[in-house]
Amino acid sequence: MPTVTRDYDSPDTAAQTARHLEAMEETTTDLVGEKLVLNMGPSHPATHGVLRMILEMDGEVITKAEPDVGYLHRGDEKIAENMHYNQFVPYTDRLDYLAPLANNVAYALAVEKLMGWQVPERGRAIRVLCCELARISAHLLGVGVFAMDVGAMTVFLYTFTEREKIYNLCELLTGARFTTSYTRVGGQTRDLPDGFVAAVRKFLDEVEPAIDETDKLLSRNAIFIGRSQGLGVISKEDAIGYGITGPNLRGSGVEHDLRKAQPYLDYEKYQFDIPVGSHGDCYDRYLVRMEEMRQSVKIIRQVLDQLPGGPINVADAKGLLPNKERVLMKMEELIHHFIISTQGIDAPAGEVYFAAENPKGELGFYIHSKGGGVPYRLKIRSPSFLNLSILSKMIPGHMLSDIPSVLGSLDFVMGECDR
Amino acid sequence: MNAAQMVTALKEKFGEAVLSTVEFRGEHTLNVTLASAKPLLKYCRDELACDYLVDITSLDQMGQEPRFEMVYEVTGYSHHQHLRIKAQIPDGEEVPTVSDVWPTANWHEREAYDMMGILFAGHPDLRRILMWEGYPYFPLRKDFPLAGKPSDMPDVGFTGIAPMADGPFVTSAGAVDTVTREPRAKRVE
Repeated sequence: MPTVTRDYDSPDTAAQTARHLEAMEETTTDLVGEKLVLNMGPSHPATHGVLRMILEMDGEVITKAEPDVGYLHRGDEKIAENMHYNQFVPYTDRLDYLAPLANNVAYALAVEKLMGWQVPERGRAIRVLCCELARISAHLLGVGVFAMDVGAMTVFLYTFTEREKIYNLCELLTGARFTTSYTRVGGQTRDLPDGFVAAVRKFLDEVEPAIDETDKLLSRNAIFIGRSQGLGVISKEDAIGYGITGPNLRGSGVEHDLRKAQPYLDYEKYQFDIPVGSHGDCYDRYLVRMEEMRQSVKIIRQVLDQLPGGPINVADAKGLLPNKERVLMKMEELIHHFIISTQGIDAPAGEVYFAAENPKGELGFYIHSKGGGVPYRLKIRSPSFLNLSILSKMIPGHMLSDIPSVLGSLDFVMGECDR
Repeated sequence: MNAAQMVTALKEKFGEAVLSTVEFRGEHTLNVTLASAKPLLKYCRDELACDYLVDITSLDQMGQEPRFEMVYEVTGYSHHQHLRIKAQIPDGEEVPTVSDVWPTANWHEREAYDMMGILFAGHPDLRRILMWEGYPYFPLRKDFPLAGKPSDMPDVGFTGIAPMADGPFVTSAGAVDTVTREPRAKRVE
């Protein structure tokens, strides 16, 4: 019997598409297949705040990534031009809102540099304590959220249990868990309350095992390593050129920490190490943050052991609000209080730049003063803003599922980025 | 080389272009002409090992001529000395970009353009960064009020509305209802 062959159109759509694409390749030189433009955010659980990313993708691989920031822009710099220096302190809480004490301290130090004041020893020690507690708090969140984004959801809850204890310490010290507004220009609002030192020691004893537990859960975890090692590599030259600072810079191999390079608040008195990574990938940045937490615990223990006595505020009558009892009873103090409350402290004309090593990087304040209680221009040099600028260079070549890992490892805060 | 020596070296190299120098609170500031700002900054990076551009700030000195001022803060990771270089810019004049000297200047200059309206010549991608594309004002200028001015909201950020036609579970007015069109749809009893 003769064989008869008939061609049927295959019902398999994938095969049909493939045949059609092959046919197209013969007729046109254009790239076959389109690139997908995917909009990620601004409301997205993995973008850590309101970051919008416009991703151009070829299948699963990203070919172009553009961050679109500014969704949390509140005009802090414009507001600062209309407020006294002390009135601006609550706005600094809301910059890096994960470590408000550190922002308060950095701002107070910047204005005090302008005034030429130095807070006495005990005040400096208290400020170091605040900064390092804030660093532990911010890194606990950074590591916890990074782990949660790549799938290790338990770690997030463990680190947040420890953060809750830090919030309780903040409440004990400043009255507020979150937006602390603790410092003023020339000092702090109040001294350490009774039982605070004991409470901090108790917390340190509890947080060290928690950090170790997080380490055990993540550092040798095959899935975590698979999702973070070798990804998001920032070379040393790029890190320096793009103005990356903080753990991201140290993860790329640059040994630079403002606490050691330009010491402030007596940091040279305390013994601590700076962890430095070698590959500049997400895993290294995670390791740097873990080790920084341990070093912060070490610093806090030294602060508590060496805590000096004495005044916490600058002894300048003209600059600070006088004692309330004297204000209510003496004329001169009343006049002082009135002048400082209405006109602000009398800053000299000039410009200063002061930067502190915040958990996210180098938070700097540039103050241009023409005299008087209100700055003419206050510029906030925001570490998160500049850490995000590397994204358009770093992300192309990665896959879509690498994005939560990369963003989590950069650990930025949109409040600080957009101001 | 400490900062004071760097200032002296810059004054020697650039002479007349350095209009004045100030030292205040331990910081050294050089006030330079606009034309010499970029060569001077390049010299800082190449000869004085200032590999890190910390910040670029723009100021509006409204009432003074020239109106704007650009402030560049530079430092180096090898020596940790900090320099501030300022240049005055008349309104409307373009500032040569330094984004080819330090890549971080890209975003700083976009922000200066967005907030102050200063244009940068040679910038690879000069567009707004914090405000949306098409926002008509420059908010940090001194003539812009603190309370803001009303403006149009930005366009819809992404694509148009997804097409509705022919989907099995999409209901439109007047068409056959879902249950009839798609028998597998769950019925509410």
